[in-house]
Amino acid sequence: MEWAKDIYAAIKAEGVRQVAYVPDAGHKWLIETCIQDNDITAIPLTTEEEGVALAAGAWLGGDKAVLLMQSSGVGNCINMLSLIQTCRFPFVTFVTMRGQWHEFNPWQMPMGQTTRAALETAGILCEEVEDPADVGPQSAAILHRAFTGQQAAALLLHQRLVPIKTFGK
Amino acid sequence: MSTERAESYPLHRREVAQRLNDTSGDTLIVTGLGSTNWDFTAAGDGPHIFPLWGAMGGAIPMGLGLALAQPDRRVLVCTGDGEALMGIGSLATVAVRAPRNLAICVFDNERYGETGMQATATAHTADLAATAAALGIPVTGTIRDEAELDAALPTIRESDGPVFQVIKVMAERLDFVLPARDGVHLKNRFRLALLGDAGVS
Repeated sequence: MEWAKDIYAAIKAEGVRQVAYVPDAGHKWLIETCIQDNDITAIPLTTEEEGVALAAGAWLGGDKAVLLMQSSGVGNCINMLSLIQTCRFPFVTFVTMRGQWHEFNPWQMPMGQTTRAALETAGILCEEVEDPADVGPQSAAILHRAFTGQQAAALLLHQRLVPIKTFGK
Repeated sequence: MSTERAESYPLHRREVAQRLNDTSGDTLIVTGLGSTNWDFTAAGDGPHIFPLWGAMGGAIPMGLGLALAQPDRRVLVCTGDGEALMGIGSLATVAVRAPRNLAICVFDNERYGETGMQATATAHTADLAATAAALGIPVTGTIRDEAELDAALPTIRESDGPVFQVIKVMAERLDFVLPARDGVHLKNRFRLALLGDAGVS
């Protein structure tokens, strides 16, 4: 998954200091790399909404933060995203998608199918990438949109970018 | 356990806020929905305070992000028991990264004050200080009277943390003392005071 390196390069170029996450297989390399990076504090969350509030707190203190999660986590964030919209905090999340491409687990379908609509309803601009070559430029673009353009933005990473999970079936 | 007992707790939340507020602005304060907002506005509003008018459950993780961004400043989160309970998992998150400059005080009146003083779990069985300790917060305690508050203030203000203190306060209805509501204003006044002009450019 070379594209994960492109996200890492983009957040490094932007000067991101805090990376909050709820683990996802698609973000495995990026999370491990951020944990090893002495200039980044990697923060494991118990639920994704914590990452929304944490990113706002980081910005209050002068740090740039991003949130890594999978699509199921978007549903956990909805009310907390009111903080981003009401206070116009810059906000960036990289969302690995489930429920759209060779999904084995039907329980992932409902949130995977409504991720984009949920985010857009909550005032978050969404871009989706399927082509690995687009991940780097799109990552740089949403980081710029957030931290220079003072917006909230999500990059949805299509499920075809991540390994197909089959539970051995 | 009695759900009435908080009506006779000796500490008054407005007086506790007066003790905890640092009007010099050196301590960066996040207050949670909702009564702790009014308590700290009454105690001396200023750009060192970020009051949360919503985002219930967000006060503690917001304080964490701020504490990590400003490791040389004391960061104090003051919130209520209902707000803390909604984001209770965030104490585990705080414990993992464990910023030494972060203190969290829960004004525990055992009530959802804004919605009609309904009992929270702390009126029944929940012990927030024990919860915080079990989740790995290194410095925890419960304050029940003036003498215990006096003894704990240096810990809240200066001790290496993260510090988590439950302050049992009387369940009482008080007049609203409201901070500004505009979120963009609250964000910008905080960043301007902390970061200077660059914070709002």
